[in-house]
Amino acid sequence: MAKQLIELIVNGDRYEVAVEPGASLAEVLREELYLTGTKVGCNQGDCGACTVLVDGRSVSSCLTLAVEAHQREVTTIEGLAPSGETLHPLQEAFIEKGAVQCGFCSAGMILAAKALLDRNPAPSPEEIRHGLSGNLCRCTGYVKIVEAIQAASLKLAAGKEAR
Amino acid sequence: MPTPRFTFHQPQNLEQALDLVGMYRTNGKILAGGTDLVPKLRAGLMDVHHVVSLNRVPGLNRITFHEDDGLVIGAGARLADVALNPEVMKHYPGLAHACSVMATTQIRNMGTVAGNIVNSAPSADTAAPLLAYKAAVILVERGGRRHVPLTEFFSGPGLNVMEPMEIMEAIRVPSPPRRSGSAYLRLSARSKVDIAAVGVAGFLALDMDGVIIEARLALAAVAPTPLRCPEAEAMLAGQKPDPQLLTRAAAACVRACRPIDDVRATAAYRRKMVQVLAGRVIEQCYQTAERGDA
Ligand SMILES: Cc1cc2nc3c(=O)[nH]c(=O)nc-3n(C[C@H](O)[C@H](O)[C@H](O)COP(=O)(O)OP(=O)(O)OC[C@H]3O[C@@H](n4cnc5c(N)ncnc54)[C@H](O)[C@@H]3O)c2cc1C
Ligand code: FES
Ligand code: FES
Repeated sequence: MAKQLIELIVNGDRYEVAVEPGASLAEVLREELYLTGTKVGCNQGDCGACTVLVDGRSVSSCLTLAVEAHQREVTTIEGLAPSGETLHPLQEAFIEKGAVQCGFCSAGMILAAKALLDRNPAPSPEEIRHGLSGNLCRCTGYVKIVEAIQAASLKLAAGKEAR
Repeated sequence: MPTPRFTFHQPQNLEQALDLVGMYRTNGKILAGGTDLVPKLRAGLMDVHHVVSLNRVPGLNRITFHEDDGLVIGAGARLADVALNPEVMKHYPGLAHACSVMATTQIRNMGTVAGNIVNSAPSADTAAPLLAYKAAVILVERGGRRHVPLTEFFSGPGLNVMEPMEIMEAIRVPSPPRRSGSAYLRLSARSKVDIAAVGVAGFLALDMDGVIIEARLALAAVAPTPLRCPEAEAMLAGQKPDPQLLTRAAAACVRACRPIDDVRATAAYRRKMVQVLAGRVIEQCYQTAERGDA
């Protein structure tokens, strides 16, 4: 069973990769493209650590076959701070509010939060909790994460007004 | 975990998909959202050599509603899109609710209603509301097309009447009458993510005097397949609900179920919860029906 050549558009960059049809997008991002910001926790869709955006929607990259992402736009945590210097407001808020402890869930949390804010720029704490119901955190107890996302939503709204 | 090995096919239209599914009917599998299939492929429990993806077949993800024809949910329609579709929310609130609380945001962005039905888990969250709405599925194969009422679709845990060369093209749901109401309630150990331990869906249509003309009740996760409750439905037809009738109809729902003990709940707990939820569902359906806005 031959590898299949696919084209991935990850954080705006085009990659041609030969992948096993059974390989997950998470595996290919981490092991072929060395984008190791995406984490794999459960590998079965439960924990959300592997969350990435495909055409703007949050998905579990551990259950997405890489071949299915052929010519689709993938956003990983690396894509939120492309320069590596200026952080995305969500990332800043996670640091400011202490929403990161071990950090294993953070990449997935932040991408799930981005997908939420893209659809609903001013979510209530309840809506944030609903939007993040697919992302587990063993450390923080979630309170700081919800606060960080609220803070980021205010910051993003202020940024928009300023422009 | 070893990478599962198979040849992957991405047909560009339904004809091609049907050819592939026909050709590989003995060792092929159809892929939609993959949220049920991919974990199974990885577990290595199935002898699958070919995977046929429906995700490049145009038009499959449509969701359309007409007053006369009702709702058509294409096999590619994602759970999240069905949950947020304004027409589904308005006319089929039980289905919208199922699609918005089951699994997780990510899984709802990936998974399809058709995949949930074909997978045929006893606990499938969209099954009970679709049964209550009298849905039918459209199955296509190279030579033709058939409509199967959902009541005749499931045949056991993970089993249904589909032939290996068939593709589910869409799910059709009739238009609800004006004075009708519907609801779905589910229980699980955690509020979300977890597979349902009990699911109860209902639909009531009333006449101008508030008498029930037609009642439909359906259960999930309490028997080898999702199922309707004909005895309870017959009790309700021709009546106006009062607390006693609700209790009796809910008890008839309990008699319809054949629950088991498993990690999610005991059979005894499931029976008790069917009693409670069925009563609440009937009440909720009646209240929305009386407002006549559903
Ligand atoms: C973390 C997690 C949580 C979940 N929570 C829930 C839950 O709360 N409630 C619940 O009901 N389910 C739940 N599920 C199960 C699953 O997400 C749903 O059943 C989903 O709707 C399946 O759709 P899919 O498109 O991903 O199916 P796939 O995995 O693509 O397919 C499922 C099966 O149907 C077949 N198939 C799919 N489409 C077609 C078609 N058009 N024609 C013929 N055959 C087809 C496939 O061959 C396969 O056998 C959960 C899954 C995960 C991973
Ligand atoms: S690693 Fe994908 S959801 Fe847990
Ligand atoms: S910070 Fe450790 S899992 Fe969330």
